[in-house]
Amino acid sequence: MYRTKFFDHVILLSGVFLMVGPLLVALMTSSHEAADIHRNGLSILPGGHFIETYETVLTKEGGFTGKITGLRMMMNSLILGLGFAAGKVLLSMLAAYALVYFRFRFATITFWMIFTTLLLPLEVRILPSYEVMNTLHLTNTYTGLIVPLLASATGTFYFRQFFKSIPDELLEAARIDGAGPFKFFIDVIVPLSKTMMAAIFIIMFVYGWNQYLWPTLMTTEEGFFTLVRGIKQILLVWVGSNIPDYNQAFALAILAMLPPVMIVMIFQRWFIKGLTESDK
Amino acid sequence: MAQINITNVSKIYAGGVEAVKSVSLDIADGEFIVLVGPSGCGKSTLLRMVAGLEAISKGTVEIGDRVINDIEPAERDIAMVFQNYALYPHMTVYNNLAYGLKNRGTPKAEIDARVAEAARMLEIEPYLTRKPRALSGGQRQRVAMGRAIVRKPAAFLFDEPLSNLDAKLRVTMRGEIKQLQKRLGTTSLYVTHDQLEAMTLADRLVVLNGGQIEQIGRPLDVYHTPASTFVASFIGSPAMNLLRATREGSRLHFGSQVLESDRLSALPTELTIGIRAEDLRVARAGEQSLTMKVDYIEELGAQRLVHGMLDGKKLTAALSPEIELSDTIALTIAPSRLHFFDVTTGKRLAQIVDGAVGKREDTGALEMAGG
Ligand SMILES: Nc1ncnc2c1ncn2[C@@H]1O[C@H](COP(=O)(O)OP(=O)(O)OP(=O)(O)O)[C@@H](O)[C@H]1O
Ligand SMILES: [Mg+2]
Repeated sequence: MYRTKFFDHVILLSGVFLMVGPLLVALMTSSHEAADIHRNGLSILPGGHFIETYETVLTKEGGFTGKITGLRMMMNSLILGLGFAAGKVLLSMLAAYALVYFRFRFATITFWMIFTTLLLPLEVRILPSYEVMNTLHLTNTYTGLIVPLLASATGTFYFRQFFKSIPDELLEAARIDGAGPFKFFIDVIVPLSKTMMAAIFIIMFVYGWNQYLWPTLMTTEEGFFTLVRGIKQILLVWVGSNIPDYNQAFALAILAMLPPVMIVMIFQRWFIKGLTESDK
Repeated sequence: MAQINITNVSKIYAGGVEAVKSVSLDIADGEFIVLVGPSGCGKSTLLRMVAGLEAISKGTVEIGDRVINDIEPAERDIAMVFQNYALYPHMTVYNNLAYGLKNRGTPKAEIDARVAEAARMLEIEPYLTRKPRALSGGQRQRVAMGRAIVRKPAAFLFDEPLSNLDAKLRVTMRGEIKQLQKRLGTTSLYVTHDQLEAMTLADRLVVLNGGQIEQIGRPLDVYHTPASTFVASFIGSPAMNLLRATREGSRLHFGSQVLESDRLSALPTELTIGIRAEDLRVARAGEQSLTMKVDYIEELGAQRLVHGMLDGKKLTAALSPEIELSDTIALTIAPSRLHFFDVTTGKRLAQIVDGAVGKREDTGALEMAGG
């Protein structure tokens, strides 16, 4: 076995420092008072206002209308993240299932067309998408927030590759066993894809959670604001002698990071399994 | 249980490849038919057409009295065992066996009973709650068999079910498949490229070559009277020696060497002669003989395979290990044991049966055996 040496530890530790350091600073700073932070800048030592700050952030009704709380934003983010991830997994699985298991004309062309959209970021089509949602009066709804983002070339691609690695004989055995396309999907494909689904779900959840531009465009009512937007909102109050609530901004940033981090940590094993090995 | 009638069935793949060419085959109820042939000869394609996994381009397949050309695989009343077992990896052995029955809406109690019965027959009872991943190759093979059995189908279809197993296990499983099939009396169609497996399992062998049937017959009949040089070289191990010869009157010339028999007159002057390795024996003094230069020897224990050259052409003889060998040996063969094939078509011509050369007292007549 390889024995870790001193130098290895140095590299690992500096890695840890680089990655975790800023987070720690954010966490510590968030426990000071805003004025404190304004005067003394960032700090790496805890201040005394930890619970206070987080309580304010989570429950204080703020914003223009004075109705939006951190909790509400968190819920919005969750709805966006979960809806986004679940929708993407479902949609890309179905698309990949059609591409791999059904012989229809232009299947390959279709796939490559889907695949090339991988190269285009969301921002390229953000205005037309907004236009469509606006015409359908879906701005300021969860539907409008989630649905236009669901088509996923990445997910379709991963699932397609995975389905292709499932031996054909399994389909043939299922056909002889009397399973139609729907049964085969539910009874065989879905259980076999579990780890894959988990992996895609996690990636997509984090991706959805971190969306900024699209929610900004789609939602003008504060009731729909997400955490990521909320942070921005706090810093916007810089007018006159008002000091922005730095501590709250940091607290929100920490809160915004927690769910994705937790999801990744909890599902880490599945995640790695899904991306590296196929369960056959 | 049912007979299967395959009539003029062809398969033309997209791109114009004709993988199976107008094959006709009638399988009796309860018969064990083995399709054998080299890789790419269309065995799997034919089997898969019967299974319904591949569309039938031309011709008809009947199972029982039903034409099943346009019937879904599940409705054909067949069960298939695949080379890679194709067990559902996420289901327990029990569920693997039960899945097909569940899809058919079989009552739970009956599923239980049937699975239990199949598991007992195949001795896989201890594994019913395991997943296929936790089984050895042989055990997986049994489960795959079990999945076929529980359905109580009219016919079993096997596509090289044993080729992923090690040699020893293959022999055991071969025996078990044969036994099981006899016990259940289910009509079976079995694909293999292993001629030994084919010989040992089959009630009747079907030798395929290039998508066409080369010969149909009981294993021993195919072995003793191969219909063509192709069958001759494919069935039997070591492969039958095939040598070019010319006939002058009652003499066969193998290059410079000669074999004489008084029953050769009906044969053409140019021939391909087939000689089974075990039909050759060492000539006694004064007997007419062919001289072989020995190249190398394979010891098989009970037998010794002597490989060498007969007038520049390869020849293999299976001799008793007790015989002393030198660089050259004089071999002889009873003319009745010679096989004659047409030089151009490779089809079997005739077989003479007499005792003139090798002093074996066989009787019989000159027989024409068409392709
Ligand atoms: N989907 C396909 N499209 C075109 N040609 C095919 C297709 N499947 C098989 N073939 C061709 O048909 C011929 C017969 O194939 P088949 O799989 O039946 O061979 P086989 O006898 O089972 O061989 P093996 O012993 O290697 O399994 C081969 O020449 C193969 O290349
Ligand atoms: Mg095959």
